Amino acid sequence: MSMSHQTARSSTSATTARPRSQSVQTAINILTFLLKSPTSAFGIVVLALLILTAIFAPLIAGHDPYMQNLENTLSPPSAAHFFGTDELGRDIFARIVHGSRITLTIIFLVTITVGPIGLFVGTVAGYFGGKTDVVLMRVTDIFLSFPSLILSLAFVAALGPSLNNAIIAISLTAWPPIARLARAETMTFRGADYISAARLQGASPARIIWKSIVPMCLPSVLIRLTLNMATVILTAAGLGFLGLGAQPPMPEWGAMIATGRRYMIDSWWLVTFPGLAILCVSLAFNLLGDGLRDALDPKQMTKR
Amino acid sequence: MKPFEVENMSITFGKVTVLPAVSFQIEAGECFGLVGESGSGKSTVLRCASMLLNLWDGEARIGGKSVKDMPAMERCRTLQMVFQDPYGSLHPRHSIRTTLSEPLRIHGLDNQQQRMEQAMTDVGLPLSFLDRFPHQLSGGQRQRVAIARALILEPDVLFLDEPTSALDVSVQAEILNLLVRLRDEKGFTYIMVSHDLAVIDHMCDRFAVMKSGHIVEVLPRTAILDGSAKAPYAQELIAASLAYEGAA
Repeated sequence: MSMSHQTARSSTSATTARPRSQSVQTAINILTFLLKSPTSAFGIVVLALLILTAIFAPLIAGHDPYMQNLENTLSPPSAAHFFGTDELGRDIFARIVHGSRITLTIIFLVTITVGPIGLFVGTVAGYFGGKTDVVLMRVTDIFLSFPSLILSLAFVAALGPSLNNAIIAISLTAWPPIARLARAETMTFRGADYISAARLQGASPARIIWKSIVPMCLPSVLIRLTLNMATVILTAAGLGFLGLGAQPPMPEWGAMIATGRRYMIDSWWLVTFPGLAILCVSLAFNLLGDGLRDALDPKQMTKR
Repeated sequence: MKPFEVENMSITFGKVTVLPAVSFQIEAGECFGLVGESGSGKSTVLRCASMLLNLWDGEARIGGKSVKDMPAMERCRTLQMVFQDPYGSLHPRHSIRTTLSEPLRIHGLDNQQQRMEQAMTDVGLPLSFLDRFPHQLSGGQRQRVAIARALILEPDVLFLDEPTSALDVSVQAEILNLLVRLRDEKGFTYIMVSHDLAVIDHMCDRFAVMKSGHIVEVLPRTAILDGSAKAPYAQELIAASLAYEGAA
């Protein structure tokens, strides 16, 4: 009797501590798994550098990214200016460092818009099926049928070029693949016994979708979002390059390449360094996405 | 304890009539078996009666009240189901605690911790298992959790859809004994789908033999051994089962 009482008490005390330690443990497990493979470790390191750079940008940059110095334009990389200066004499290193903030903002905002929208549309369409599915999926098809850069271009052209409009435009074109993915995942287990059991317990469709279906879709959606981030960076850079994203004098990487293009032959550093930054970050997101695909594999999950 | 009856239940999927018109009555506290070959519509009867399939004609009444007219919440607290595959009937990402507390939260019941502990004790699992995940349990333990989940809303009628066919023989016996004990303790009315006559013999008072959606004959348990089945198909099924048992 005292024994069972003790077990009961220890199990209640475990309840309060459990959810946090469980998720922290899972996060640590995933992180160690990712760090074991060199490619995803590279991804994590680059992204950690990117985030640190963005946080400590003013400390790292050394120069004001907006400060012009017309006596020192287009100077090649040197000890004073690591990556040289641009056509207005601004320090390119400082601009790239500050540009990381813009890139991170774009990625963050696009991801938190696209993830929930795609997940919502996909799970609702997949769970209800029938007419709901047809309507939602045809809408998705319409968005999918536009080439994403063209749709973003049209949107930005209509609303006027600015960073915020670029973010909205990219989100508009990035959610349909997520919705497709979530729908396909949902359809594979909407007939599962645990969903039937939830219905027999009187769970509402919203509750079933949120509590039973979303947790099952989340890993693949997260992977897809991570892989998407590379595309988002490239699209943002593309819009910036076309002059439809971030406006001068903002140090956006794509826009930097666009203005540097005119001086490319004589001053290679104007386009090379922003280009390398875009390459590294989008590569890092791709590698991390691939790593996550392995780490979040259900068969791996059962080992934890 | 509530009686259960099905009257002229019929359902078609497209052009295929799965159940033409099924009728049977079960007394309160009885265990009633449904046997038949694969595809004979045994599980469909349960899915219709539990309203997992809702486009069917006819009536299913629990204690004289039609399941179609019952509000969803009341229906959930009147009938529950235990599924065939314990590997597929528990949500893989939910801990046992979440699995058991969800129905309590949906129905806004009090004393959740006590009810969960009671359900775990009823099915003979230690309370420490509450914080485990399904993949950390064996098949038999998972099926006990599934039974606990069905018990926790204190239903009157329990549908058992081949609850032991995915389990090892020794584990089957444990689960069957558990189900027998629970019926003695709590007075459930059971409907049990099975194709194993030995299981039916162990559990049920009466059973119906089904073939392509029709109930061929309703027999008492004793008919398995004394050969009192009249319908040729029922005789054939029982003979085949006995021959198989003898050979094994």
